Amino acid sequence: MRALCWVAAGELGVREVPDPELRNERDVIVRVRRSATSGGDLPLLSGRHPLLRAGDVLGAEFLGEVVEVGPGVRRHRVGDRVVVGASVACGGCWYCRQGRHSCCDNAHADLASADPDWARSDVGCFGRPRAAGGFAGGHAEYVRVPYADVSAFRVPDGVDDDRAVFAADAAPSGWLAAEVGAVRPGDVVAIWGAGAVGQLTAWAAVRRGATRVLIVDRYEERLRMAERHCAAEPLDYRRDDIAAELRDRSGGRGPDVCVVAVGAPPTRSVADRFGGQHADRPDALREAVHACRKSGMVVVLGGTAGFVDAFPLGALTERRLTLHGAGRPDLRDVPMLLDRMARDELRTEHLATHRLPLARGPEGYALFRDRADGCVRAVFTP
Amino acid sequence: MVPMGRLARAGPALGGAALARAARLLRVPRGGGRPGADGDAAAPARWEVVTVDRPPEQVLPDGRWPEPLGRLDGAIEVRVRPAPGDRGTELAARPLAGVTPPTGLAAHLVGDDPALLVRRTLRQVKQRVETGEVLRADRSALDRPEVPG
Repeated sequence: MRALCWVAAGELGVREVPDPELRNERDVIVRVRRSATSGGDLPLLSGRHPLLRAGDVLGAEFLGEVVEVGPGVRRHRVGDRVVVGASVACGGCWYCRQGRHSCCDNAHADLASADPDWARSDVGCFGRPRAAGGFAGGHAEYVRVPYADVSAFRVPDGVDDDRAVFAADAAPSGWLAAEVGAVRPGDVVAIWGAGAVGQLTAWAAVRRGATRVLIVDRYEERLRMAERHCAAEPLDYRRDDIAAELRDRSGGRGPDVCVVAVGAPPTRSVADRFGGQHADRPDALREAVHACRKSGMVVVLGGTAGFVDAFPLGALTERRLTLHGAGRPDLRDVPMLLDRMARDELRTEHLATHRLPLARGPEGYALFRDRADGCVRAVFTP
Repeated sequence: MVPMGRLARAGPALGGAALARAARLLRVPRGGGRPGADGDAAAPARWEVVTVDRPPEQVLPDGRWPEPLGRLDGAIEVRVRPAPGDRGTELAARPLAGVTPPTGLAAHLVGDDPALLVRRTLRQVKQRVETGEVLRADRSALDRPEVPG
């Protein structure tokens, strides 16, 4: 089959790779209908991930049709149209039973090399290096889905592919941000980053009753999109005094909840860091910590740098802020979001600014990485 | 790691037969052994422990060591106790003192660090008990013959 693979630092290619196969009883094989670029992929593109190998298939957000079913699968049949959550989760461990699928204990297949820290392993997910606990991604004609009864969700008939594909990762990430931020009616919420996840965080905050949602970015088209589709007030950090605007628009208190959804900068490697190079300065996070009201909540979504310097820890402690990480969404919200999509309450098609055949995957990622041509997300069709 | 009581302290949650079976220490004839943390070859190896989200009677049904732990029969000792907070079972294992680390082909297959093998085995036990099977990785292009493009 054809798949979009990492080839070398900064280089992707569509290559012929072996078809996936059922490897466990609870697996299904999905024929991919749509897959979307994701901010979490960007650090991989730079080639600084030490575990990447040429030929690793990318793609954490995808949707398709079940074409093969393992004997242990109960909820799915051949022909089902499913969206697959980005986190691989077993459904049977303590974390999964708490609804925290993104912390699943049993999502690693490579128990020897993927768990150097012993029981502190990252969750497995699609489109990540195998040695990092990951599985081949969805930028391909076919993909294997482990624990399919837990990870795959049937898409309601009325929801088209271009909408439903964002129920895999972007929409649950936005919902999770609003949830862990404990957004309540009357809150003022500030979001850094008007990409797909930032916009869907704004949407979720409004649904949870936020009075005002402010979104910060520098790309005019993204800000306009967030304003039009998500009822967010745009702030352009090239033009606006963000600290002053946030203070003014929250009655001088500061936002109740601040969400950092800026995606991943081209981060320095671990080797660079221990070689003496300074880590990135988390400008958006610093701004969020300083802007947030006393005893407010700061939520940091995935994709930020592995190491940062100059973090304002004093502001965090003196003002009793709560800092909450949310690297990858749980699966429990996916059915609810699909229902909202079916009711036209949640519309996400506008995020697919570039629809391309998989053969043009490298071009799609270049647009996405550079935010060129107004690209928010490139969506591929195999 | 917080020291845990031996299996015999697991209390009435486990039957007497289960205790007797799981608490046994099996002697291995060859000398040597994994050095302790202080480099003392005679010191016991560190316990490796994993929490399995099931009660002890499901982790060790009828007191039998769950697979694939049974394959290490004779090379390890095992301790088990209920995890606090209703979080299942703390299952611990460590190489028996006096067990020689594998060499040659065996070392190539399982690695020459017994602790790593114990860890991997405990994780597999956990996966089997919690999910019913051990998750296998995708085959990579390196595992299979090249598909002509």
